[in-house]
Amino acid sequence: MSTPGVQRKPWRLKPEYVPYLLIGPFVILFAVFGIFPLVFSFYLAFQSWEPTAGLGAMKFVGMGNFAFVWGDEWFWKSMGNTLWLALASGIPQHVIAIPLAYFLHTSFKRSRNLVVGAYFLPYITSTVAIAMMFGTLFSTDYGLINIGLHTLSEIPGLSWVYPGQPIDWLNKAENVKPAISIVVFWRYIGFNTVLYLAALQTIPADIYEAATMDGAGRMQQFFYITLPSIKPMIYFGVTLSVIGGLQLFEEPFVLTGGRGGTDQAGMTTAMYMYRTAFEFNDFGGASAISWVSFVFVALLTWLTNLAFKPRRGSI
Amino acid sequence: MKTFRLNPNAILRAATSALLIALLPAQAPAQNQTTLTIAAYPAVDEMIKSAMPAWKKNHPTVDIKVISRQFSDHHTAMTTALSTASGLPDVMVLEYGYVARFAEGGGLENIGDAPYNFKNNTSHFVPYAVRQGTAGSGALVAVPSDIGPGTLLYREDLLKKAGLKESDLTHSWDGFINAGIKLKALTGANLVAHARDIKDILIRVGTTPGDGLYIDKKGTVLVDTPRFVRAFTLAKKVRDEKLDGKIQAWSNEWSEGFKRGTIATQLSGAWLAGHLNNWLAPSTKGLWRAAQLPENSYGSFGGSFYAIPKAAKNKALSWEFIQLMTLNPEIQLSGFKAQDAFPALLDVYKDPFFDQPIDFLGGQKARALWRDATSHITAFEVHKLDPLAEEIVNTELDKVLDQGKPVATALADAKRLLQRSVNR
Repeated sequence: MSTPGVQRKPWRLKPEYVPYLLIGPFVILFAVFGIFPLVFSFYLAFQSWEPTAGLGAMKFVGMGNFAFVWGDEWFWKSMGNTLWLALASGIPQHVIAIPLAYFLHTSFKRSRNLVVGAYFLPYITSTVAIAMMFGTLFSTDYGLINIGLHTLSEIPGLSWVYPGQPIDWLNKAENVKPAISIVVFWRYIGFNTVLYLAALQTIPADIYEAATMDGAGRMQQFFYITLPSIKPMIYFGVTLSVIGGLQLFEEPFVLTGGRGGTDQAGMTTAMYMYRTAFEFNDFGGASAISWVSFVFVALLTWLTNLAFKPRRGSI
Repeated sequence: MKTFRLNPNAILRAATSALLIALLPAQAPAQNQTTLTIAAYPAVDEMIKSAMPAWKKNHPTVDIKVISRQFSDHHTAMTTALSTASGLPDVMVLEYGYVARFAEGGGLENIGDAPYNFKNNTSHFVPYAVRQGTAGSGALVAVPSDIGPGTLLYREDLLKKAGLKESDLTHSWDGFINAGIKLKALTGANLVAHARDIKDILIRVGTTPGDGLYIDKKGTVLVDTPRFVRAFTLAKKVRDEKLDGKIQAWSNEWSEGFKRGTIATQLSGAWLAGHLNNWLAPSTKGLWRAAQLPENSYGSFGGSFYAIPKAAKNKALSWEFIQLMTLNPEIQLSGFKAQDAFPALLDVYKDPFFDQPIDFLGGQKARALWRDATSHITAFEVHKLDPLAEEIVNTELDKVLDQGKPVATALADAKRLLQRSVNR
């Protein structure tokens, strides 16, 4: 803009600086909400702190918090729970999502998007709403799951599905983990199916045509064309599951009323970290837990990378 | 070479407009109007709002802004506010478990001494509640507003069906369990929702004022003392006799259990009668009765307090507001009538409202019973590790109840775990 008579010199920005200006807002937000908490929690991991006494009340304790966490049996119990849940909810997600995506890809034409949308719906629904709904479904005496199993067991030959007494899903240590796994599996199966469906759509149809000409059946096509072609997507999906599984928090937190269920059978490491800070008032210890569990997440992600990395000579 | 031009005038205009928009709500009230910020949680927030006319009468130029959050969010927000000394309200409402914890950090004003001199007014309040508002250092940091005297609520119709009387439940804890066996056999109802409820009361029985619950002043862990042995043993007996429904408080099953009459008794704060009447099980009106806890046990279930953060700005006004909420008989009584908030103010204890029958309890004059209980309750020292200690004890109790772990081993493990944290 210019005013008659007075010619102001506009601020000039060299083109090479423009990208920095454009990514500026993100970098600032990331620094405030991403980097700062990270650095602060690292600093806190070496401090003993009574938070209500203010920031000045921190006392340096060296590796004390890490030593405490390393020797803390609840930390290892929560790690065990987390691994159990990650495996029990993670493996079926992929083992079922891949054939499911293949089935949707080959069997649905016009209604495919509708079906995919239905599978994707749990992923975008609020976790709290999901966990509350499942809390009602899992109810021992009045829950639909137990009522359904009871009805099923009346069919001749299916009596084994219901063990006489109503199943206490959320208040019995051995049932809490399977109940949480079912919810997590149900929630993320649609997301993985969409991932694999996207990968399947990139496979050229003529490969299948050629295979059909050569006499390959549907199963052979699946194992020799489909699976190898979507391997990069499997790598991506499994990595997300490993990271997500090891950080599992919302579903078990809401399903077990924040405590992890009886004997803390459903308390994940992320939950234990949260409780250590906000319930037990030990922010230093909680920060140490978060860094130790970070090391485990990084290690497992690296192992996933090793397992799925394209090797020389493979497609 | 083409360059991107940013006009300084345009930037200046945009920044000014943004600033003006940001300041707009702050500009709205008149210049000499002061606002007092009160952070509270549900039920107490309602009491504050209904006290507004009384406040405005004497302070027309001081507005009250109530920041209401859910119970745990509120205490998390207060922890954060104290730790960073920013976003602090002028007055904070605290649940009693947090009073000593926050006081230990030194973030709360000592209201016992001048200029507040609350120590001259403590005789107006229930003694145990005053003790709960006292920090370990002896400083008075919070004024009690409402308290939760423990009571035994039971279904009179189920008791009758089983041929039992109230005294069968209340005479002794063993009698309570024996009555439960008969109740279960003849009515099918569970004695209690969860065996843990019995442990929660029994670990508090037999403490004298000044004792710690889990840890004493010297840092000695008390979880293997006879209090805990008895609490665990009786809870285990309840589970073994199949007298509990393994139902967590505030769950769907809990509410259904009350509605369907599958939970025969509940050990709780007196306020539960109000919750049952209002939303948990209104259809069971007239079927419930209240009694003192078995074996003359007395305990407290929660309570709300008002405190002033040290960094608050309008301390004089804050103190006036707290006095209105806690020392004004009308406001204390109206909170009792509208929100079932049992008053901490002794001055109102002679009000006829205490002797009125409660319809939900079949016309029983239960408020007088609860009033009597308040004089027997003792307050114990709160330790900052209490929340952790409670979780350790509950986890070991889970193992005793569900996995058959011997009581002595469980308590020894609890002691070892807790000692590790105490020694840090």
